[in-house]
Amino acid sequence: MTTLALSPARLRSASFLSGLREFLKHPGALAGTIVLAAFVVCAIFAPWLAPFDPSETDIGMRLGPPDAITWFGADIHGRDIFSRVIWGARYSLPVGFATLVVGLIIGGTFGVMLGYIGGRFDAIASRIIDVLLGFPSIVLAIMVVAVLGVGLVNVVVAVAIAEIPRFARVIRGAVLVAKQNLYVEAALAMGASSTRVMFLHILPAIMPTVIVLGTLNLGNAILSTATLSFLGLGAQPPAPEWGAMLNSGREYMRYAPWTMMAPGLALFLAVIAVNLIGDRLSEVIDPRNARRR
Amino acid sequence: MHLRDQTIPPLLSVRNLAVSFGGKGDRAAAVSGLDFDLGPGRTLAIVGESGSGKSVTSLALMGLTTQSGGRIDSGELHFRRRDGSVVDLAKLTARQMRDISGNEISIIFQEPMTSLNPVFTIGDQIAEAITAHRDISQAEALAETRAFLEKVRLPDAAAMIDRYPHQLSGGMCQRVMIAMALSCRPTLLIADEPTTALDVTVQAQILNTIRDLQQEMGTAVIFITHDMGVVAEMADDVLVMWRGRRVEYGPVGDIFKRPSHPYTKMLLSAVPKLGSFAQEPLPRRTPILVMEGDIPTLVGGTHVQDTANYATPLLRLDQISARFDVSHDALGRPTHRVHAAEKISLDIYPGETLALVGESGSGKTTIGRMIQQLVKPSGGSILFEGRDYDGMSTGERQKLKRQIHSIFQDPMASINPRRTVGQSIAEPIEIHGLNKRPSETNERVADLLVKVGLPADSASRYPHQFSGGQRQRICIARALASDPRLIIADESVSALDVSIQAQIVQLLMELQAEKSLTYLFISHDMAVVEKISHRVAVMYLGQIVEYGPRQAVISNPQHPYTRKLLSAVPVAEPGRAIDRTLVAGDIPSPMRRIGDDPVVVPLREVTAGHWVAA
Amino acid sequence: MAFFLRRLLGIIPILFLTWTVVFVVFEFIPGDPVSLMMGGVPASDEVMANERARLGLDKPVLERYASFLGRAVVGDFGESYKARQPVTQMIREQIRPTLELAAGGLVVGLGLGLLLGVLAGLKPNSWLDTVCIFLALAGGSLPSFWSGMLLIYVFGTVLAWVPIVGSGFSALILPSIATGLFMAGDFARLVRSSIIDAMKQNYIRTAYAKGLAPIRIVGKHALRNALIPPITMLGIQLSTLIGGAVVTENVFARPGLGTMLVDAVLNKDMPLVQALIVYTTGVYVLVNLLVDLLYVLIDPRIKYARTPSR
Repeated sequence: MTTLALSPARLRSASFLSGLREFLKHPGALAGTIVLAAFVVCAIFAPWLAPFDPSETDIGMRLGPPDAITWFGADIHGRDIFSRVIWGARYSLPVGFATLVVGLIIGGTFGVMLGYIGGRFDAIASRIIDVLLGFPSIVLAIMVVAVLGVGLVNVVVAVAIAEIPRFARVIRGAVLVAKQNLYVEAALAMGASSTRVMFLHILPAIMPTVIVLGTLNLGNAILSTATLSFLGLGAQPPAPEWGAMLNSGREYMRYAPWTMMAPGLALFLAVIAVNLIGDRLSEVIDPRNARRR
Repeated sequence: MHLRDQTIPPLLSVRNLAVSFGGKGDRAAAVSGLDFDLGPGRTLAIVGESGSGKSVTSLALMGLTTQSGGRIDSGELHFRRRDGSVVDLAKLTARQMRDISGNEISIIFQEPMTSLNPVFTIGDQIAEAITAHRDISQAEALAETRAFLEKVRLPDAAAMIDRYPHQLSGGMCQRVMIAMALSCRPTLLIADEPTTALDVTVQAQILNTIRDLQQEMGTAVIFITHDMGVVAEMADDVLVMWRGRRVEYGPVGDIFKRPSHPYTKMLLSAVPKLGSFAQEPLPRRTPILVMEGDIPTLVGGTHVQDTANYATPLLRLDQISARFDVSHDALGRPTHRVHAAEKISLDIYPGETLALVGESGSGKTTIGRMIQQLVKPSGGSILFEGRDYDGMSTGERQKLKRQIHSIFQDPMASINPRRTVGQSIAEPIEIHGLNKRPSETNERVADLLVKVGLPADSASRYPHQFSGGQRQRICIARALASDPRLIIADESVSALDVSIQAQIVQLLMELQAEKSLTYLFISHDMAVVEKISHRVAVMYLGQIVEYGPRQAVISNPQHPYTRKLLSAVPVAEPGRAIDRTLVAGDIPSPMRRIGDDPVVVPLREVTAGHWVAA
Repeated sequence: MAFFLRRLLGIIPILFLTWTVVFVVFEFIPGDPVSLMMGGVPASDEVMANERARLGLDKPVLERYASFLGRAVVGDFGESYKARQPVTQMIREQIRPTLELAAGGLVVGLGLGLLLGVLAGLKPNSWLDTVCIFLALAGGSLPSFWSGMLLIYVFGTVLAWVPIVGSGFSALILPSIATGLFMAGDFARLVRSSIIDAMKQNYIRTAYAKGLAPIRIVGKHALRNALIPPITMLGIQLSTLIGGAVVTENVFARPGLGTMLVDAVLNKDMPLVQALIVYTTGVYVLVNLLVDLLYVLIDPRIKYARTPSR
């Protein structure tokens, strides 16, 4: 009987491995994974990878163009942009990720509750969610910053709050679809409790949606936090945050375009890497394909 | 070839057709070495179960193989055009094929509702088929469209032109499809399971229409179906397909009387024939032919199903009703509601199989859901062993769920694909805490699997690794796991191929005898109902119009609707006189305005235990 | 018709809810509104109290809520702390450039999104699909402030093809592209999957069986159905667009509601923030109503869904 208990797990890990192989077969996903991994390495090993101290100023180097020493040039205070971009990974990645996790946990819990309980409670709450979705999320985030005040931590909270309605709505939808499954009705008919149905039948069924939603929104979270910093509402100078760097570089764009090239490119690459991964992930574990596989 | 009339050249002559599907590595043959001829105005039925390649053949004739992801590997499809020239459909370019399809060869499909484009009007879609092939104006095309809508006997053809598909019932959509297919007066019509998704009375109407128009227009028809009853009624010649090959080919009478291939023999023996148990008061298990590899083997013995005990009812439905509000006005007040069940009273006795028959929308499924506490009745009471549901505590209601179990129509959807078969079967055991130790549960699961005819080691596998029939066996094993008294089988065998269907019906009957189970067998299929049930209740628009012993209801139907239902069932007996005078008319919707409640017609006992609404 | 009536009536609770949310949120803002208004300039207690009474801040919460709702109905959200002008008037003066920008972004976003989406969806997994979908993905990953800066640098500074500042049509081109690019990515992917989905439907098989030309099958039967899901998403897309306008205005130093909003937040000019959010929602609700109308025009199933006819 041990084999009976073991084999499903083995089967699942086998399908995970084959899924991973299937996932990486796609050139875009492979490129995205490599780029994202590179940024993660940058974030972890920034002090060793960056050739200069990101906040070390050098008047002689002010707005210096890219050369053999300062690869990406220098900013108005003569700081090495390459080093600052590497340190910037320490801001955008964790901040984006934290935002996502907070938003997903709160929004997901709401969504599961709404979808599962249904009825009048769901009807009213869904109305409120529709209203909140009406605010462009960046405006909603700005509104939260207006309440909490300027700063990077507040930006995390603001963007997370702004994402909650979207997560809640999508996950509520997924729960509603999962609830429609005949096997859920079968379980209820045989007397299964709500908790049993929730944990054995509904949560596993919505997991693919949650994973895809999370990955596809990580890019958005990184973008939104950087945007708020760019608008001067998030990370404050001299922090080497990519959005904030772009904000301080914009005045000198005419004479020193390199001040905006590297941070923008880094931000773009990080976001597109995450999006490539999310896109492929949604293809490989599309809930609609789940039955066939 | 015995089919070819030497004086008239064939309209279509297929030689050595081979079609395959799939990618480079996993290309699989769907059809191979297929030969047949079809004369002008004749009807050929291509019969087979799922995966036999019968639909693939029709796609090849329409030039739709590539579009559906397949490839014609070899073969010739000689088609005689209107001008007398003969072309090989397999060698035509896409542009040349466009001239023929919809014009000289046309097709109707299984799903009429989804085969019409939802965003264009009926008139637009039919007129488009006409203008694509003939050089006439839109106004002329619409005039012809109207004429064809009348030909297929759609009521109010003029208004129909401006309607959208979603405003029509499935049967009406199929008539529209027929009008569209015939609008260019093709010489060949392919009907690919055109009535499979429709109710049996609607099916009878559609078959009549096809037959009449075929005679009027002299169209040859290839009728693709799995239903031997439909074959017997429609076909001149029959081609039986099995695993992508032709196993039998000949005039319809010969095939039914003297089947030569073992597969045909098996198929014919598996088809339930309405009226074949007319002389027997009780249902009877009979041996069935099962294909073991390529050899048909007889399985099971003859047993009379004398399991029922009519002393006290196990379950009593007392005047139960179910109503659902479906549409609301601007202020959210309900304006229409569906009357799914209206004051239904029924007793189900231990050990019997009570069949609940009716067409879609009759409310039969709602009855089952109310018994399982999935829907709360709007009125009336349900009593299990004399105890009212309403009088039970939550705990007692929970315990009741152990006694009542169900088997659904779609075995794939009713098992969680992410859990192993063993986990799924063990679920009722775990829910009701029936076994203390996991090893006991595992043994029980293995026993149940063996009992339903699956290997004991299936427990560790996942549902997608099983075929449709095997999955239904898994569902049965799960339904048995908590040792229930009553099993609700809602269209449990309807989606299965006939040969599998016969096996599952056999299994259900064996289990009933062994465990004295009670079944509420919900079905639209009168022939299966006749085979399995002790008593039959006929539902129409939320009400029971007739019920009683099976023999009485089926051999001596009293209510006009029961008669209509029975006369609509195609019987697998070629040459049998068809009386379709009863089947006219559509079934009205069970949805009514608020305040416009239906009249509940009281039942009257005509003979002992045989009740009829009057 | 009942459908439209229901939709119209449905707006009332949404507006009411928005106003309530806005009111509640701003009740919790730390800091005293009057001292904010004074801009931190110390004032005597008497002046403070007078101001407070003038603004009605001395009244109980519920009363202020009622008067807030009453004024919101007629579009009166008080005076800006900073500019000392009625905020409604300020918004009216600045709404035009933002609407122009949003419209420009919509044109770019829809046009580019449709083009990429249709091209990609027609032959899934072909090289054209791969290229289009990568472009769409890249568009959706571009930080709009960065793409704005790049556009300014390349087309405004280096090539000097178009003016960067000003109010004419030509000054609208670059901001519209920067705003629209972001939306185009999302929209293209939606159109693509929608077309692929439509091409798999049974009615497409019927269209082939009728002997119709492929161009007609795609252009008529598939496209009309495939556009339904993207149109339903247009409302949400628009809220992205307004968000994009906030950023784009900032980058291009254009006047408009976005610039106003960021300034108002930085200046803690609460009445202005409040009013801007209420206006944004109003526009969003209005646009969604229009989208619903469009939806009914394109999908007959909606119009008749409420009138049971079978």
